[in-house]
Amino acid sequence: MANHPELSSTHMDALREISNIGMGNALTSLAQLVNRRINMDVPVATFIPFEQTVDLIGGSEELVSCVSIRITGDVPGLVLFVFNWESTLKLVDMLMGQEPGTTSELDEIGQSAVMEVGNVLTGAFVGAIYSLTALEMKSAVPLLAYDMLGAVMTSLMVASGRVEEQVLLIETRLFQEQAENNISGHFFMLTEPGSIERLFNALGLSMT
Amino acid sequence: MEPAARSNVEIQVGIADYKIAMDPGRLITLGLGSCVGVSLYDPLSRLGGLLHVMLPDSTQFNNVTKPAKFADLGIPLIIKEMQSLGASPGRIQAKLVGGAQMFLGLDDKMTLNIGHRNTEKSREILKKMGIPILDEEVGGNRGRTMILDTRNGQVTIRTLGNKLKVI
Repeated sequence: MANHPELSSTHMDALREISNIGMGNALTSLAQLVNRRINMDVPVATFIPFEQTVDLIGGSEELVSCVSIRITGDVPGLVLFVFNWESTLKLVDMLMGQEPGTTSELDEIGQSAVMEVGNVLTGAFVGAIYSLTALEMKSAVPLLAYDMLGAVMTSLMVASGRVEEQVLLIETRLFQEQAENNISGHFFMLTEPGSIERLFNALGLSMT
Repeated sequence: MEPAARSNVEIQVGIADYKIAMDPGRLITLGLGSCVGVSLYDPLSRLGGLLHVMLPDSTQFNNVTKPAKFADLGIPLIIKEMQSLGASPGRIQAKLVGGAQMFLGLDDKMTLNIGHRNTEKSREILKKMGIPILDEEVGGNRGRTMILDTRNGQVTIRTLGNKLKVI
């Protein structure tokens, strides 16, 4: 997990702080949507090959849902939310106001519920970055896949053209305090080349 | 899993990688989505190879660090290595697994169906090299795990819910 050679620890701290604020904002929106308190770990910002994201989340054959949203504008990139299967079903129950355990399969309504979660989180995240930096970002329609983690992540990686490079990964885990209702998810933001520079410039941290 | 699996060595093949094994070894690659798993097997020497292809065509990239990532470079590479270990290219038979389209309703920038292109390119390269494709389990929208048994060249495909299919 080596840092990007051009980035100092100040830059990495700034990335972490931005992610913290952005995700904090996103979680408030999600909490309002499901009417429950949701926490997160302090985000980690690193540069790693995209392949390694699979190892960070779990086993290659683990069933997960993944919402991916393309970002355009000043800081183009790709935002990903990955939830394990149990959490995916719990999220649907929460959104639909059902007893936990009601949902056992992801039907069409469930699918749009999960995509909506991704939408709300991304919108709030992008909004927070805008209020900090005045950088404008637009999010595209969410895409959903649910299958083996390895299959989902490698397909995304290939489709987004992130095969050769190291990517900036902002990762956090979302969870709920009540043990019986625990939801855990991972958030990733993959930025395109040049995006980071613009982000730092807007924050008054130039890159050498 | 069947009891036989426990007595055999199982060798894992990573993303954009390949491995070669001899009877009774088993080669496994996990979670093929749009990637294509190419199994190659020489029934006489009972030597098997498994390649995990991510992209069809290396010529679209300036800087190729891992040839096994690409169908056009990876397939000739693994065949050459199998040959040096005693397999005969005239006897090698291939099977293809994967090449799915995992994300439905992809946006413009992502509609280039890589799964399909990986499959097409693998077929093309194998044909050019005179390697017959015995069977395939490609396309669709589900992830697959692929296991090659070098005792007989059989390929087992696992999808979610632990459903098994042998080709």
